[in-house]
Amino acid sequence: MDVIINFWYTLLTMLRDVMPVAAIIFGFQVLVLRRPIKNPARIVMGMLFVLVGLTLFLEGLAMALFPLGRLMAEQLTAPEFIYAQHSLPMGDALWQDYLWVYAFAAAIAFATTVAEPALFAIAIKASQISAGTITVRGLRFAVAIGAAVGVMLGVFRIVTGTPLHWYIIAGYVVVIVQTALAPKFIIPLAYDSGGVTTSTVTVPVVAALGLGLAETIPGRSPILDGFGLIAFAALFPIMSVMGYALLVKWKAQRSKDRNGHQNR
Amino acid sequence: MHPADNPLVSHPYKVGPLKLFWLKTRRASRPLIDSAMALLPIVLVIAFFQLVVLQQPIPGLGEILRGAVLVLVGLALFVRGLQLALFPIGEEMAYNFVRKGKLWWLLIFAFTLGFGTTVAEPALIAIVDEAARVAAAGQVIGNTTDEQETYAIGLRLTVALAVAFALALGVFRILNGWSLQYLIIGGYFCVVVMTFFAPPEIIGIAFDSGGVTTSTVTVPLVAALGIGLARTIHGRDPLIDGFGLIAFASLTPIVFVMAYGVLY
Repeated sequence: MDVIINFWYTLLTMLRDVMPVAAIIFGFQVLVLRRPIKNPARIVMGMLFVLVGLTLFLEGLAMALFPLGRLMAEQLTAPEFIYAQHSLPMGDALWQDYLWVYAFAAAIAFATTVAEPALFAIAIKASQISAGTITVRGLRFAVAIGAAVGVMLGVFRIVTGTPLHWYIIAGYVVVIVQTALAPKFIIPLAYDSGGVTTSTVTVPVVAALGLGLAETIPGRSPILDGFGLIAFAALFPIMSVMGYALLVKWKAQRSKDRNGHQNR
Repeated sequence: MHPADNPLVSHPYKVGPLKLFWLKTRRASRPLIDSAMALLPIVLVIAFFQLVVLQQPIPGLGEILRGAVLVLVGLALFVRGLQLALFPIGEEMAYNFVRKGKLWWLLIFAFTLGFGTTVAEPALIAIVDEAARVAAAGQVIGNTTDEQETYAIGLRLTVALAVAFALALGVFRILNGWSLQYLIIGGYFCVVVMTFFAPPEIIGIAFDSGGVTTSTVTVPLVAALGIGLARTIHGRDPLIDGFGLIAFASLTPIVFVMAYGVLY
């Protein structure tokens, strides 16, 4: 019975999310463009698929993964776990005593990003218009690796209590240098992939991790240090996607050079 | 780069009947396999950390399996719905706006879409409520419910306006064919300058608010809109000009929220 009630609740929440979009599209289509929508039956069906699909998706996550993911974030950052592991007196942990937390942060950020439906959408579109040059899986992995590195670094920042904006500024410098070097076709996609990483799946788990850490570590306040993990998860995929494109470019260049030598 | 010039495009090759059958089966089961692949990393990460690191049994295995099935089916449905509804409608509207020459209306549409989809976003509501608590704790505002509520609503409207502005600017950029990177790097510059003026409590929230604004329903629609525009307008490349709307939408909230923190 609970399952059905939860399902309806999530469906209603989704409906509330979709309604403004549908209303705006419909309004502009009818009042401004004054054009009937092509294939209305198909569009309505597709919207229903999106609605029911996302509802099932979120409901499934809420049943299976969110509670466990949050619980694990709490357990791994609990002082009992960290101090028992290294048999340290309370309050004496240094940044290197949080190794499992870094590992978990990277792994869970990678995993939740790969499952992010918005990223799926962007990857499908990018693969379609690049005629397969950019593969759906390749882009998702590149973004997920960026999110993993980012969230790990974000956790390191919370543990060490260093100011957020220095990391972000350093990140911006790297992005600017990469922009100058990267192939032109990847740049807009890389910038976009920063925004799509942090969505329905990643935010709840990663935010729980940040707040859990900030509560546990002596001298950190959840309100000052608990935020900022999402910013890392949104910045680092830009670098990893451009980095991936640079790698591919250099590899292609090298094999081209080598072939050139052979032909001569 | 044009896809045809790219050395990485996979070239068609000849297939035998057996291989063809295999390819067809694979194609039919593709959505479910894709969903399963998307979900697999989360399962592995949670299982590893629960069993090996924390050394605890996984609670409620049956519940988790049922949830996993829902996630699988949900993601497959969502992806199908994208292709049936959200992608075509975004592209079709872009086409109609350009063909009818209603470019001002297009900008208003982008603005409305940005505002309408962001203002009610649950992730945003959660983050502004948190921000109000932070502000009250930091004595920026009084510690009453009333003042906190006013602050939270103001912040929500600020972020929604930021996204609205971002989408309108992004569409304007596509219409004019400006390079994305100069605008984004200019935005980074604004962010860096603002961090020196903004109160420290708001910085973490500002950076995080950039990540949470783009919801799972908005992203595909906005991406399709941008790509549709780049396809319709002569001389634009979908890959280079079509992407980038989401990048703006995740950057402007950072600047706007910090400005809100300075002005409040």
